[in-house]
Amino acid sequence: MKDFIHLFTQLDQTTKTNTKVNALVDYFNTANDSDKLWCIALLSHRRPKGVIKTAQLRNWAAEIANIPLWLFEDTYHIVGDLAETLASVHPNTEHKSDKNLTEWINFIIEIKALEEEAKKEKILWAWNQLDQSGRFAFNKLLTGGWRMGVSQKLMTKALSKSTEIEESTIAHRLMGDWKAEETTFHDLIMEQKEEDLISKPYPFYLAYALEQEPSELGEVDDWQIERKWDGIRAQLIVRKDEIFIWSRGEELVTHQFPELEVLKDILPNGTVLDGEILVYKDDEIQNFNLLQSRLGRKTVSKNQLENAPIIIKVYDCLEYNGKDIRETPLNERRTILEDIYTNYTSEVLHLSECLQAKNWEEVIEARKESRATKSEGLMIKRKDSTYQIGRKKGDWWKWKIDPLSIDAILIYAMQGHGRRANLFTDYTFAVWKGEELVPFTKAYSGLTDKEFKEIDSFVRKNTKERFGPVRSVNAELVFEIAFEGIAKSTRHKSGISLRFPRMLRWRKDKPKEEANSLEDLEKLLEQYG
Amino acid sequence: MSLLKFTKKGIYCEQAKVYIDTWKPVDYAIITHAHADHSRNGNKHYLSTSLSKPIIQYRLGKDISIEGIEYGEKRVINGVQFSFHPAGHIIGSAQLRVEYKGEVWVVSGDYKLENDGISTPFEAIQCNVFITECTFGLPVFKWKEQQIIYNEINDWWKKNKTEGKATIISAYSLGKAQRILKNIDSSIGQIYTHGAIYNTNEVIQHMGIDLLETTLVDDSQKKKDFEGALIIAPPAAIGSSWEKRFPIHETGIVSGWMALRGARRRSAVDRGFVLSDHADWEGLNLAIKATQCEKVITTHGYTDIFTQWLNEQGIEAQVESTEFEGEGNQ
Repeated sequence: MKDFIHLFTQLDQTTKTNTKVNALVDYFNTANDSDKLWCIALLSHRRPKGVIKTAQLRNWAAEIANIPLWLFEDTYHIVGDLAETLASVHPNTEHKSDKNLTEWINFIIEIKALEEEAKKEKILWAWNQLDQSGRFAFNKLLTGGWRMGVSQKLMTKALSKSTEIEESTIAHRLMGDWKAEETTFHDLIMEQKEEDLISKPYPFYLAYALEQEPSELGEVDDWQIERKWDGIRAQLIVRKDEIFIWSRGEELVTHQFPELEVLKDILPNGTVLDGEILVYKDDEIQNFNLLQSRLGRKTVSKNQLENAPIIIKVYDCLEYNGKDIRETPLNERRTILEDIYTNYTSEVLHLSECLQAKNWEEVIEARKESRATKSEGLMIKRKDSTYQIGRKKGDWWKWKIDPLSIDAILIYAMQGHGRRANLFTDYTFAVWKGEELVPFTKAYSGLTDKEFKEIDSFVRKNTKERFGPVRSVNAELVFEIAFEGIAKSTRHKSGISLRFPRMLRWRKDKPKEEANSLEDLEKLLEQYG
Repeated sequence: MSLLKFTKKGIYCEQAKVYIDTWKPVDYAIITHAHADHSRNGNKHYLSTSLSKPIIQYRLGKDISIEGIEYGEKRVINGVQFSFHPAGHIIGSAQLRVEYKGEVWVVSGDYKLENDGISTPFEAIQCNVFITECTFGLPVFKWKEQQIIYNEINDWWKKNKTEGKATIISAYSLGKAQRILKNIDSSIGQIYTHGAIYNTNEVIQHMGIDLLETTLVDDSQKKKDFEGALIIAPPAAIGSSWEKRFPIHETGIVSGWMALRGARRRSAVDRGFVLSDHADWEGLNLAIKATQCEKVITTHGYTDIFTQWLNEQGIEAQVESTEFEGEGNQ
């Protein structure tokens, strides 16, 4: 497994995409077919599952390291990665094994059926065969959570370089529910398939954020104004009686959204639409957090289909009657889109309406309705624009609404884990209620590394009390907390909960007395909740 | 009366009316070693080891009132006997032994057990109360033999050299930088140092300590001069405009924190080398056992966890809060 560990270490050591791709290409050029196939399987989250309970691993690792379980758990909390903690507390430092990746995977698959005592014996043997980095890779095979910073797209790119097969073809060949145990590298990747061509997507056209006044764009009549929907951007392809859905990351997500399957029988072959996948329930678009429960899963449960049913709201047409119409101006594509929408109706096919505005003032007014319409602002598209490739300035603009915000005081801090293992970076914030401070939200992001360091040093010098990993600190630092939504909550002492809270900026200019109050928050709740 | 107390200004010996490694200005400060979190500005008088003295003077000013004494030399103040003993952390670093009426306390400052070839090696001192850091007081911190790490650094430098790249190492100007210079394979290529390190090296060479000669990075060099070379710089210089003068290069951090994959990723450098001037988990436990102390006081690092661990091992331990920082977060 040395070559795989080497690949893993290389991927881990760099943040540069090119270096990662090259490391993968090197691996794909040298490893045997079976190891290559397993590598692809692992990178696309297809490891052998349910082999072992992590509770058992923790117990055994603590036992071998001769430390109490609580110490293992506290250490794990700080390290932030179970496989790493398991690997690091183990005393062996020598790599003794000559098994390759496939052999180790088979070793793991065989363990699955064993009784607990036999499992333990096997795993302790394996840990003792490997050095720290080998154990880490082995544990990742057991426990999953391969966050090696390799997206499906990056892996696709590397495979494409190594095999000289087009990226979109590879992406398609990798989709579906293939199992490494049941196929070969040749069958999966190298063999020409008919669907390769019909699934091929177009590159997405992406908008720039509007930073100037909209009136500076010229005549309002030259622009098509739509709501900016807060969902998942998707390209829907119907060709040869098949349907394919591509995400903006150019990953095939067809199987994640089975509700849209019906469209393959409704839409005519040779149709490609651009739109937004949204949760739609009780005749209303639902919040993004409900959609989140549907993402990143290979199978969708019945429960999820009931709780978070999705639709696609389409706003552009890229192919019609099998013809690429991206060079046709937007207003003509819009006519085609509206024709499709009128002629081929389905409950899961919605149209993103154009807003009618006589002048920019009306556009500004319409933007203010964004929260009420469950959108995150407006899209402003030039009516004669073609459908371009990637992020291009000039023709398509997104004009998002400002987040809600409130000034709050830092009162508790906790050490982060993983990337932030030795810094106080997880904070709880409070607002005034009379003379008292009421905690109302946590936030972890939005500051620079330099600011985190500064606050870390403040926390160390201003600790009042310690509650396990949490420290209460002198209430002095004020931060502007931004958030996307506010709702009533019975779970929080303050009675409210926020969506996507983050630190917008450190208000070094504000004394703590000038932070906001619970009353201010309640007003926001009344207005936007 | 407790022999040493933790006060708002620092560790205090009331009987002798002196402070140890103070963080607020006092009349008489005894200093375990010259790092900034232990040796601060503004004290009226300093007592340190003879090896630390020139470094403290270089860092805090020529005109400070400071006296240096040898390891093992005794100094009695109002009946309290003080002596320095090697801590193995950096050049001149010491543990302070404090004895009064048969009771012995040791303030260990920062320490490591491994002999790095440049700091006077650590010696265990028997005592009643041992005051210790625990910067790396978790069982995941286990240092490899240092030669393995030096080999890794050498190999990386060689690889960069064949690719025509420069190699930049981030290391503390006092301690890590000299340790690397002492142990690196200088036959690979030319070695440059940042001003902060170059100047510290001069102070140390002046003391008669043998240290590899390096070239100061200044405006006289051209980009091309650095191709294949090794450049040692303090963490603050990495990512600053100072770095722009170098051609294509790879950057590495040498720190105990690099044992954590998360910390390594946060640093966003090309390579992380696990090498520290602090004791690892095993080192801390060994050092404490060797003192045969009745009680341990932990001052900085993973104090809560490490203290609970010691108590469960039957070693009475407690946490006292200080303003020591251990190995920086870089």
